[in-house]
Amino acid sequence: MELDFQTSVDYFWALLPEIVLSLWAMGVLLADVFQKGSRSEASRPAIAWLALAGIAAAAVANVWLMTVTGTGGMIAVDGFRIFANFILLLAAALAILVSMGYLDRHAMNRGEFYVLLMFAVVGMMILASAQDLILLFVGLELMSVAIYVLVGFNRRDPRSGEAALKYFLLGAFASAFLLYGIALVFGATGTTDLALLAETIGTGVQDAPLLLMMGVGLLAVGFAFKVAAMPFHVWTPDAYDGAPTPITALMATGVKAAAFAALLRVFAVSFGGLHETWVVAFWWLAALTMIGANLVALTQGSVKRMLAYSSIAHAGYVLVAVVAANAVGAAAFLFYLLVYTLMTAGAFGIVIANARGDRERVSLEDYAGLGWQQPVMAAAFAIFLLSLAGFPLTGGFIGKLYILRAALAADQVPLAVILVMASLISYFYYLRVVIVMYMRPAPAADTHAGLTASRPLQVAVGVAAIGVILLFFAPAMVLDAAQGSVAGLFIAQEALFGLSRGP
Amino acid sequence: MDFYGSHWVLTFLIFFPLAGAVVAALVPERLARSVALGVGVIELLVALPLFWTFDPAAGMQNRIDVPWMADWGIGYRLGLDGISLFMVLLTAFLLPLTVLGSWSYIRDRQRAFYAMLLGLTTGVVGVFVALDMFLFYVFWEIMLIPMYFLVGVWGGKERIYAAVKFFLYTAFGSLLMLVAILYLYFKAQGLTGEATFAYEAFLALPLTFTEQALLFAGFALAFAIKVPIFPFHTWLPHAHVQAPTAGSVVLAGVLLKMGTYGFLRFALPLFPAAALNETTVLIFMSLAVIGIVYTAMVAAVQPNAKRLVAYTSVAHLGFAILGIFAFNLQGIQGALLLMIAHGLSTPMLFFLLGMMYERRHTYEIADYGGLAASVPILSAMLVFAALATIGLPGTSGFVSEFLVLLGAFQTHPYLALIAATGVIFAAYYMLPPLQRIVFNALDRKENRVIPDLNRRELTILVPLVALIIWIGVYPRPVLDRMEPAVSQLIHQVEGGRMVVAPPTDHAAERPPVAAADEERR
Repeated sequence: MELDFQTSVDYFWALLPEIVLSLWAMGVLLADVFQKGSRSEASRPAIAWLALAGIAAAAVANVWLMTVTGTGGMIAVDGFRIFANFILLLAAALAILVSMGYLDRHAMNRGEFYVLLMFAVVGMMILASAQDLILLFVGLELMSVAIYVLVGFNRRDPRSGEAALKYFLLGAFASAFLLYGIALVFGATGTTDLALLAETIGTGVQDAPLLLMMGVGLLAVGFAFKVAAMPFHVWTPDAYDGAPTPITALMATGVKAAAFAALLRVFAVSFGGLHETWVVAFWWLAALTMIGANLVALTQGSVKRMLAYSSIAHAGYVLVAVVAANAVGAAAFLFYLLVYTLMTAGAFGIVIANARGDRERVSLEDYAGLGWQQPVMAAAFAIFLLSLAGFPLTGGFIGKLYILRAALAADQVPLAVILVMASLISYFYYLRVVIVMYMRPAPAADTHAGLTASRPLQVAVGVAAIGVILLFFAPAMVLDAAQGSVAGLFIAQEALFGLSRGP
Repeated sequence: MDFYGSHWVLTFLIFFPLAGAVVAALVPERLARSVALGVGVIELLVALPLFWTFDPAAGMQNRIDVPWMADWGIGYRLGLDGISLFMVLLTAFLLPLTVLGSWSYIRDRQRAFYAMLLGLTTGVVGVFVALDMFLFYVFWEIMLIPMYFLVGVWGGKERIYAAVKFFLYTAFGSLLMLVAILYLYFKAQGLTGEATFAYEAFLALPLTFTEQALLFAGFALAFAIKVPIFPFHTWLPHAHVQAPTAGSVVLAGVLLKMGTYGFLRFALPLFPAAALNETTVLIFMSLAVIGIVYTAMVAAVQPNAKRLVAYTSVAHLGFAILGIFAFNLQGIQGALLLMIAHGLSTPMLFFLLGMMYERRHTYEIADYGGLAASVPILSAMLVFAALATIGLPGTSGFVSEFLVLLGAFQTHPYLALIAATGVIFAAYYMLPPLQRIVFNALDRKENRVIPDLNRRELTILVPLVALIIWIGVYPRPVLDRMEPAVSQLIHQVEGGRMVVAPPTDHAAERPPVAAADEERR
């Protein structure tokens, strides 16, 4: 189908996955209300499965979207968006699967949880596909507001509330930065349309370069907040640590991926003409994030907090792909986000599984001897950790290699070396968990007996683990898809500058 | 299907242990070691005919080249030549022996242990036959994990420290190598337009001297840590002392050879001008000589027998490095032979130490004494292994060290002269402890009641003794199989040494992307 966005019906088609998901979420909300009337404990998982079905329906709509082409609207209809959508839906599905047992254990199994989660995903999808700064902001807020609530969802836990407040305050700041940046960019160029922006900036019609630069700078700061790049990361550890763990997983995967997708679209495509300017800022952000986050992660005694810093560090790796800002970089970026989503969600899944009742066991000592008493769980965790470290036999290795390749193709040799050195630092703290699991004895022979890993969680972790391994042995399909999906992204730029930025 | 004429033998040797590892991990605990032994014996039996089917004149053989990740030019590329043949044979030969050596030593978590041991073999064989830089790197890295667990889970008191140190040292080296490999990959792509990780494609790259020097540094560091060359050797004593017997045997027997093999296969042929530069050669040969003398002295004062043997490894591989960088036929052949000799005599010592440990639960030299009276067979074996390590004529160590010194003398006579004193030092560090353990008065009553070697233990040691003597007395069959490959290597590297791409204008040299960026500015 060909969309030209002349009529509003075209928008309906272009937004089909988002619309499906929104309507479904409202349906789930209603179903939850009626179910509450029946007060049946047994039907509760049904809400979760219903939400999961909604994700699946959106995925189907997304598959259909692959047959659609369209240009000129406020919403992008391109491969990049479709690929990003799949990542976001995958992150959401994994988050729902790991939530099921968790909510029961923490006595907060309410239908609203899933509804908010679905709305957050709609926000993410809009964020990743917006072709207009205003729409981008709408998506961002839709996502953020839902996530603020979800972070504080565990009302009985003061740390959850603290996390929500911190996240909300700093998130509001970030939104303000973004909005102000958008305003300045609009003031300088007279448009908020991303394609028009690329053209205006590319052809050098810059009436107010200072205004534009300030706008770009503010946007960069806003995005850096959202993707948790150093030094704009300070909210991350507390918010990740205090939030219900499934939400932490979603924040580390979906939220971050969506913000990154928007960042890439805005900077690499629209501000492509200012590449030389912003690349310096992102270069430093990437370097600082990689080195800083990995160093701080070394000192963490809590596995959950360590994973929070690890997710900051990974933002640094992804930023390297952004700095490369070529077709290889964009493809590497998508591939990495996919691997990252699988391994991070999987790792948080294990953190959820390693719990007793409503007490999460997140300190390093709580993992002592896990490898011998819960071999499957520990092996899965080891796979995720090795993948996060970027070790061969895991998708994390291919992802890092892909980013390195993009960095070298863009002649960013120092950044590539920093990435490699940062990975070496990360070996240390990822391996420490492996050490504790396998090489420290458990306090008692039954320390880890009878851990409460629900069946859906097992499915989620299993899918993630298999996915991580498959992405090493047979990455071709995903690589092709990633490469194909970014093909359209840089067309506008190539037309403008008459050059290919990839090798 | 011509098994020995095609890649299948190599593919089998790589992946059969991996399949065995999966089986060993799944069978009941008490069967794991039997499964591992079966796998090891089959691996050896399959590998052994390679010695005869290998055609020295044919160069690289048993090749395969099929795409794996076609877009990136990553392929499943394997091959065997006179250099890798013996490394593969050594690996396969040691596998069943290590299983036997762990038979009663490892009591806990046997399934996991044997799975790791077999998985390790997969990585090691893969490193020796990979002809794709990506594949090589993958094997090089994954063998770290099983080794890490072998040391960290089944090791001694300070096992975790040793395991982490081993892992981080090696990973540090190999990550820089990865960057160097990627650089070469881009260089190749920029010149030919074709993305490939094939080893041969990298060989033909015209590189400027500066590039060669930097890339050589990246590769050489990884290999130097692995060998290990002084002063990168500090991880080795820890790893050896803490590792269980099987870990020490594999570490000394084959893992260290991956470093020397890396120099021969990759660092020298890829960057001939930088590697055979006068300064580079002098640096490496000097480090080798320092390593030989220094570690010999350090070894002499070790109260712990296992640590002593660990230091002797550094000294021996110093000889190998000396031979490699002498870069003539005798030198390299000597180095290769030394890798084999060391791969037989040092594992034998580690096996014996493991057997002594099983009896007395100590590696301290002072805890032993007068074993000749109480356990004559074990003592005889220990004396033989020690003499083989020193390099007594008639053992494999003598021939190889002699060849190395012969080769080194032709290029750097003074260094060779100093290195030759290492042979004397070897006697100095090996004989006094041997005397203390075997011949002194039997003054501890614990040493009187220990049993002598049983049949299983003899089964481990006798093949080692036989091979050590065979190579020591009649090394010709081995040397004959190496020679064409070594000559070809020398020929190729000497040829490549003269061909250095002229330093070009910087802008033209950069990848097209960067150049395009500059245009825009």
